[in-house]
Amino acid sequence: MRQDHLISAAQLSRDDVEAVLDRAADIDADLEAWRQRRAGSVLGLCFFEPSTRTRMSFDTAMKRLGGRTVDMGPVDSTSVKKGESLADTVRVVEGYADAIVLRHPLEGAAKMAAEFVDVPVINAGDGAGQHPSQTLLDLYTIRENAGLDDLTVGVMGDLKYGRTVHSLAEMLTNFESRQHFISPESLRLPRSVRYDLHASGAQVREHTDLAEVLPELDVLYVTRIQRERFPDENEYRKVAGQYQIGPDDLDGAKDSLTVMHPLPRVDEIAPEVDETPHAKYFEQAHNAVPVRMALLDMLLEGDE
Amino acid sequence: MSDTNKQLRVSKIRDGTVIDHLAAGQALNVLAILGIDGSGGEGVSIGMNVPSDRLARKDIVKVEGRELSQSEVDVLSVISPEATINIVRDYEVVEKKRVERPEEVTGVVSCPNRNCITNADEPVVSRFEVLSDGLRCGYCGDIVREGEVAENLDVS
Repeated sequence: MRQDHLISAAQLSRDDVEAVLDRAADIDADLEAWRQRRAGSVLGLCFFEPSTRTRMSFDTAMKRLGGRTVDMGPVDSTSVKKGESLADTVRVVEGYADAIVLRHPLEGAAKMAAEFVDVPVINAGDGAGQHPSQTLLDLYTIRENAGLDDLTVGVMGDLKYGRTVHSLAEMLTNFESRQHFISPESLRLPRSVRYDLHASGAQVREHTDLAEVLPELDVLYVTRIQRERFPDENEYRKVAGQYQIGPDDLDGAKDSLTVMHPLPRVDEIAPEVDETPHAKYFEQAHNAVPVRMALLDMLLEGDE
Repeated sequence: MSDTNKQLRVSKIRDGTVIDHLAAGQALNVLAILGIDGSGGEGVSIGMNVPSDRLARKDIVKVEGRELSQSEVDVLSVISPEATINIVRDYEVVEKKRVERPEEVTGVVSCPNRNCITNADEPVVSRFEVLSDGLRCGYCGDIVREGEVAENLDVS
């Protein structure tokens, strides 16, 4: 992979994706060998909205490569609170760090930030836009459990605002896959993602009911239906209830079905599912560290 | 309708630009693109829904003493790909050109996605990739269909 920044899934070819996943597998196999790989490097963590997994896994990944992190901390205690622009913030952090990880509530924030700095910028989620490093760890998990070709993937939940869904849908077009999108009508994929899927010739079908497609699936990727997206609490409850899965809901699925979730979950997946062989979401979360180690290592390598 | 009648409806200009073969109904949007609201003192003639051999119905805009910038022509090409631009000097057409769809337009259309970084208080100019039937924000990726471009013009 030879990239300056990682902003969108659309940037990555199949070869790029496989190069990251292969390096992540090498790291996973012998973590000790990578311990001083990026000694002396500093990663800037700029999180403009709350994050637990993404922030901690990038922090851990950099430290496991022997590097260090500088974290701007919660927005409330930074210059952002005083009205500093994002463009200025990243230009300041560029002076402290060799790469920047950016989480921001506005779509296109990472793209803009990358135009103001010379160090690599990694988009760690921009509003309802993209979250490409999440998708790399999702694909790592899928490759380990189901392989990456001849795949039938179901994606269920909030497809409209779910940035992990947008990145995953785009990145899956690099592989031989059939994609099924299951959601309430009001939370269907946004027009821009449909446009890209159509342009790439992807095999896509949309559903409102998981049962229509469950038996075909190799992977079921569940996302949270966000309460705050619904102006009416009753509407939320009515819809959300239809997109929760318990062990009984998986009757009729392939034995090999892999169930994933970017986390945090609220009540989309019942705790009883955790005990089934389908549940891979905690494994998915753990894969964040080797995959982000691989990504950081490669971006910093390109920066040398 | 004869040429003479057309000329009666839309009078000749001495120096300026004639934007012809606009899609019917786009004349006022063209004025918006050019930032013309009458307060600047330009002489403007407009023909709307004028019969046309090529388009059946078309709009025409004539602006005295004004030539279009490339970014204005770029947006014009998106809302009206069949448009022609005639530069007039001393009542004569000295240059006549068809608009060409550019690869991108910059700074003249606002992203309709209110959650796009280009709508925040940041030092960034809107940029759109030109698609076959609309525009795509270069930052958030949102798509503006051809028919929605006019309502998102960033003119003041």
